[in-house]
Amino acid sequence: MPDALLAVDNLSAWYGEAQALRDITVTVREGETVTLVGRNGAGKTTTLRCLIGLHRQARGRIALGGREIATLAPHRRARLGLGYVPDDRGIYATLSVEENLLLPPTVGPDPWSLDRIYAAFPRLRERRRANGTTLSGGEQQMLAIARVLRMGARLLLLDEPTEGLAPVLVQQLEALLLEAKRQGVAMLLIEQNLRFATAVADRHYLLALGQIVDELTSEQVRERSHQILEHMGV
Amino acid sequence: MNGTLIAIQVFDGLVKGSFYALLSLGLAVIFGMLRVVNFAHGAFYMLGAFGAWLLAQQWQVPFWAAIVLAPLGVGLLGMALERTLIRRLSHLDPLYNFLLTFGVALAVQDAMRLKYGIQGKPYMPPEQLRGVTDIGPAFYPTYRIFAIVFALAVCLLVWYLIERTRLGMIVRAATERPDLTRALGVNVDRWVTPVFGFGVALAALGGVIAAPVYQVTPVMGADIIIILFAVVVIGGLGSIAGAVVAGLLVGLIAAAGQIIEIGGFDLGRYENALIFVAMAIVLLARPAGLFGHAEAG
Ligand SMILES: Nc1ncnc2c1ncn2[C@@H]1O[C@H](COP(=O)(O)OP(=O)(O)O)[C@@H](O)[C@H]1O
Ligand SMILES: [Mg+2]
Repeated sequence: MPDALLAVDNLSAWYGEAQALRDITVTVREGETVTLVGRNGAGKTTTLRCLIGLHRQARGRIALGGREIATLAPHRRARLGLGYVPDDRGIYATLSVEENLLLPPTVGPDPWSLDRIYAAFPRLRERRRANGTTLSGGEQQMLAIARVLRMGARLLLLDEPTEGLAPVLVQQLEALLLEAKRQGVAMLLIEQNLRFATAVADRHYLLALGQIVDELTSEQVRERSHQILEHMGV
Repeated sequence: MNGTLIAIQVFDGLVKGSFYALLSLGLAVIFGMLRVVNFAHGAFYMLGAFGAWLLAQQWQVPFWAAIVLAPLGVGLLGMALERTLIRRLSHLDPLYNFLLTFGVALAVQDAMRLKYGIQGKPYMPPEQLRGVTDIGPAFYPTYRIFAIVFALAVCLLVWYLIERTRLGMIVRAATERPDLTRALGVNVDRWVTPVFGFGVALAALGGVIAAPVYQVTPVMGADIIIILFAVVVIGGLGSIAGAVVAGLLVGLIAAAGQIIEIGGFDLGRYENALIFVAMAIVLLARPAGLFGHAEAG
């Protein structure tokens, strides 16, 4: 079994007095895609924000490639290969589409070139001089993911990338993530769409009330999808 | 009331306006990167003017050297202020840094007043720019035309730096989404001190250019900072284009105030009132300012 790329060990987090995460333990192996599944408010977003260092009221160990990163500033973590796609996509209105792509430094050995991104998304090339937020929601989602691929990140942290996307865009996104996966990029994916989750991911963590309550294979998720959907309150 | 007078007032308005533009540009860049409303901006403008005057008094340093040296020196002073004081308060409510820079402004102004008195100090324009130039309806001091052109050229250069360079892109990104920008691997904090120094140097540059137009006095910064807040509100806090356009606009509004006064309506000294009426109208019609985004950061 390949080594753990990301090892999260007993991560807890708070908002003031309120505890949002309790002893989360999660691993993502090299090249693996893992999802966090759970109903709204379960703590998925908080988990990603702790990993990238934006949520500081937290305790626990986070190791990336064997290196302890829990005390590092967010930009240092990103430079070690984390590619963060926030739940609001994080496209800058005051940057052009191309600047949105070029803002992060390249951090990995195998970054996507602009040409490759534009070949995959002709629409981004067409609109490369326009302000980022003039794109449609779906195009902004593609841009946000293209941006972390251009960084050459080795672990993508994706917060509900399919949310609000039209089915045809979900398919495009699936193809894109599978291509990144073939290239060896690992992913920690927050996903409510079980069909999508099982299509791209290898393993799934079920999160409830800030705790990991189960760990499932894609096979198990398909078998138990009714129960899981009920659990998610969908 | 004739064309000559109006032309002169309009040009005077543009002179004022280009100083406002230069200063509010620095305020906008600083606010964007640090979320600090730098109340000491006027004091740095005054120090720029005093810097040029002192350099000339003490070492006969010519204008063309002072225009580089004074902003450089004052910019370094600004960087020291950021490093030693502003940074310490940056994790607190922005009000603390507002109060801090307000205190710094008062302290600097009073220190200069104690040392040099309130008497205005004349500062001669450089040899090449003395005399007047024919602007059609009137003759106008050549130096003042230079001041407009130079200040606007600097504004254009700053615009270019911000809109077209990688560092400018980082400043824009950090202005819009500081945390996200960090999460994307950009070391935002590394640029905070240089950007503050740069904004302060722009204020000092404004002061050097203003020295031959107005008299150099310790209170010149206090006078301009009040107007600058109107400029910032009209243009939209943190907006680069807004700073420049609103700066010129406010200069012209001031000129209109003068023209009305000359026109016999005796609205003398109502120049500032006019500016703040304009500010109130903009605030009511477009609370984020003419160029502001409804919600930034
Ligand atoms: N800024 C915040 N302040 C206080 N509580 C918050 C904040 N953000 C999230 N929470 C709380 O933390 C818990 C986890 O939220 P979140 O991580 O956003 O869940 P998810 O992404 O799974 O929907 C929720 O109970 C939520 O109410
Ligand atoms: Mg969420």
